[in-house]
Amino acid sequence: MVEPLIKIINLSAYFGNLCVLKNLNIEIYKNEILGIIGPANSGKTTFLRALNRLNYLQANYHQKGKILLEGKDIREIKDSILRKKIGIVFALPQVLPMSIYENVAYGPKVHGLRKREHLDSIVEEALKKAYLWEEVKDRLHTPANKLSGGQQQRLCIARVLAVEPEVILYDEPCSGLDPISTAKIEEAMRVLQENYTQILVTNNTKQAARVTQRCAFFLMGELIESNATSILFTSPEDKRTDDYIRGRFG
Amino acid sequence: MKFDAKTREKLAFFILGMIALIIILPIIGVIAYIIKNGAPGLSWEFLTQPPRNGMKEGGIFPAILGTIYLILGTMVFSLPLGILAAIYLVEYARENWLTRTIKLAIINLSGVPSIVYGLFGFAMFVIFLKFGTSILAGSLTLAIMSLPVIITATKEALEAVPKSFREISLSLGATKWQTIRYCVLPYSLPGILTGTVLALSRAAGETAPILFTVAAFYLPRLPRSMFDQVMALPYHLYVISTQIPNMPLSLSFATALVLIVLVFLMNLVSIILRAYFRKKKLW
Amino acid sequence: MFSKLQKIKESILEFFIRGSGILIILFVVLIFLFLLKDSLFFFKSYPLKDFFTQKKWLPISEPPSFGIIPLLLGSIYVTFFAIIICVPLGMGCAMFIAEVAPSFLRNILKSFVEILAAIPSVVLGFIGIVWLGPLVKKIFSIPTGMCGFTGSLLLAFMALPTIISISEDALRSVPYTYKEAAFGLGATKWQTLWRVILPAASSGIIAAIMLGIGRVIGETMVVMMVTGNSPIIPSSILEPLRTLTATIASEMGETVRGGLHYFALFSVGLILFIITFIINFLADLFLHRSKK
Repeated sequence: MVEPLIKIINLSAYFGNLCVLKNLNIEIYKNEILGIIGPANSGKTTFLRALNRLNYLQANYHQKGKILLEGKDIREIKDSILRKKIGIVFALPQVLPMSIYENVAYGPKVHGLRKREHLDSIVEEALKKAYLWEEVKDRLHTPANKLSGGQQQRLCIARVLAVEPEVILYDEPCSGLDPISTAKIEEAMRVLQENYTQILVTNNTKQAARVTQRCAFFLMGELIESNATSILFTSPEDKRTDDYIRGRFG
Repeated sequence: MKFDAKTREKLAFFILGMIALIIILPIIGVIAYIIKNGAPGLSWEFLTQPPRNGMKEGGIFPAILGTIYLILGTMVFSLPLGILAAIYLVEYARENWLTRTIKLAIINLSGVPSIVYGLFGFAMFVIFLKFGTSILAGSLTLAIMSLPVIITATKEALEAVPKSFREISLSLGATKWQTIRYCVLPYSLPGILTGTVLALSRAAGETAPILFTVAAFYLPRLPRSMFDQVMALPYHLYVISTQIPNMPLSLSFATALVLIVLVFLMNLVSIILRAYFRKKKLW
Repeated sequence: MFSKLQKIKESILEFFIRGSGILIILFVVLIFLFLLKDSLFFFKSYPLKDFFTQKKWLPISEPPSFGIIPLLLGSIYVTFFAIIICVPLGMGCAMFIAEVAPSFLRNILKSFVEILAAIPSVVLGFIGIVWLGPLVKKIFSIPTGMCGFTGSLLLAFMALPTIISISEDALRSVPYTYKEAAFGLGATKWQTLWRVILPAASSGIIAAIMLGIGRVIGETMVVMMVTGNSPIIPSSILEPLRTLTATIASEMGETVRGGLHYFALFSVGLILFIITFIINFLADLFLHRSKK
């Protein structure tokens, strides 16, 4: 049995009095792509943002239970270190109002990297991994918000890659994108799998089926079941999972 | 006689328009009156020479310089403090009694009469801290008075920066301060500058707070340190229009003109800054 | 990884950021304490009761009399008349800007209001001396134009920007659905403005008026320069009078530091501080109510 990279034990999450995650237990293994599927308001995003403690940006958030990263409680890791290790790509492509180059170099810079050549090579490598280099290499210093939606989202992936994370979280990364952009991002994810652990929240079950190896089904803040994607999609144990996959609700 | 609804509306709107006109005309009148009577008294000598012969001749250079010193002094104290306090309120403060107290304090500061600032500045800076009647005491008094405006403007500018910028920065592992420094402050700078210049232009025109803290009745030599007294434009105008018998009116008008030109120029700078940055708006 | 040095730098900065918030509170407390301290010196040798009931302010006669009533009445007189004049004008102008004027006119009007707000009070005081005062004297055939009414006129003018901008905000923040509903019932624009928008914006308008009052009570230079500076109970607004603010400004320079007169002026300052604190606090309550 392989040790899981991330282990979540009895995780419950609340916004004020509202419980959005109920007693969650799940493990995430190195170099896998884990899909999180489920209808809206199932706690998928909250779950994802619990992993790098972004939920705490909201004043009324609190949680119970434990999240272990490589066996270590994440509460013992400094926010900035934890978020360097676990990066996130948000639902809507959100670039900072700087140049393409500055967007990618932002992360390495805040972590103390100042040398120009070093930054140059990190930016290039990150953009290549995100399948964006060819499209932008001639205009690295133009404003990032001039890029198309799909390009911006790949820029966001490059931005995460530039800080050399171990885990990448995707929060419905393709929700506003056209099929071609979506295909490019999925392709990038497949290639990245070699070096990174990835968690993909999506409400597109077909995308989960295409990209992920394992999948977890969330409903109303509860983890209904998780299994290898091929099994979950063909013979789910729970009737509610079956209903969702067949498109009966959600 | 009874009007129908449409006629009543026309009548009402006409009256409202007249009211607006009644307000606008005196504003134009005041400005035109000062320009018309003040312009003849303006000369290079007036702007660059000290007053002579019991202030009935000569220029107002020491007063202009004094006011500029006070503006700079006020900025030095109020800008950093105002920005930090606004950062605290927007980025750090949680909804609790301390935050509510700070907000109440700001509201209260903005309502304190300027003469009460003068009294306080005198008791605290001139007497208690032994700064004497000095540029330092006057600047500190004006700075505290300017704080509410600077804080409010900075707060608005910080709040206008999208939440997502902060989220992106933090999610990449930036610390809170790095996030503020690189992802929030650069984009709120225009608003902060606009508000600050506006606050300073108010401070430049204030008389009551400097009455007992810095202003000199007549002091033809220039200040040598921040512990010196200075003349100041608004106080000078007050002095020559109320305390000097047989003061030639043309000099008073010219002084008033210089003062409003200075204040309007600062306002203009803030308007231009606002327009310039709005055009360059990045998101 | 970021260095230890940076960590130290950040904690120092955060210390200053938190400190600055506290400092704001401290300033208010300090203002209050400094006024209170010297007021207590005053009340140690002058009875509190006399301060509030004596009808004469004679600081340099023997024995001196420090009755705040004439000053308080002076302030109330000019404030009352200034508000009577400027509220209808300010409200009318705010209504015109918010609901009637086309956008180019609105921008012009708003810039004029900003220009008015930018004119230093000492300049308006000067105008009062050289132009408005003599005019008032001529119109009412009174011995001097340096009287309460001249002050009220100028103060009304000065309070306009506050009243106009805050009322206009209040009028504009009335939800559009209110208007739609009124139009739907066949109301004209004027009926909608008068019967629907104005009542709906009432909290904000009350706040605007209160802030205007606060502005007028606290104004110093104009009243010192044009109201004649005579600390007696005025029998009419057309007579010279003196406000709380002008008393401090004009007498502070002549007092002996540490003398009874000196401390008396701090008591006047304390009264002013308390009055404006209450007014601003209430205005803020109304403003918050209007935002909900």
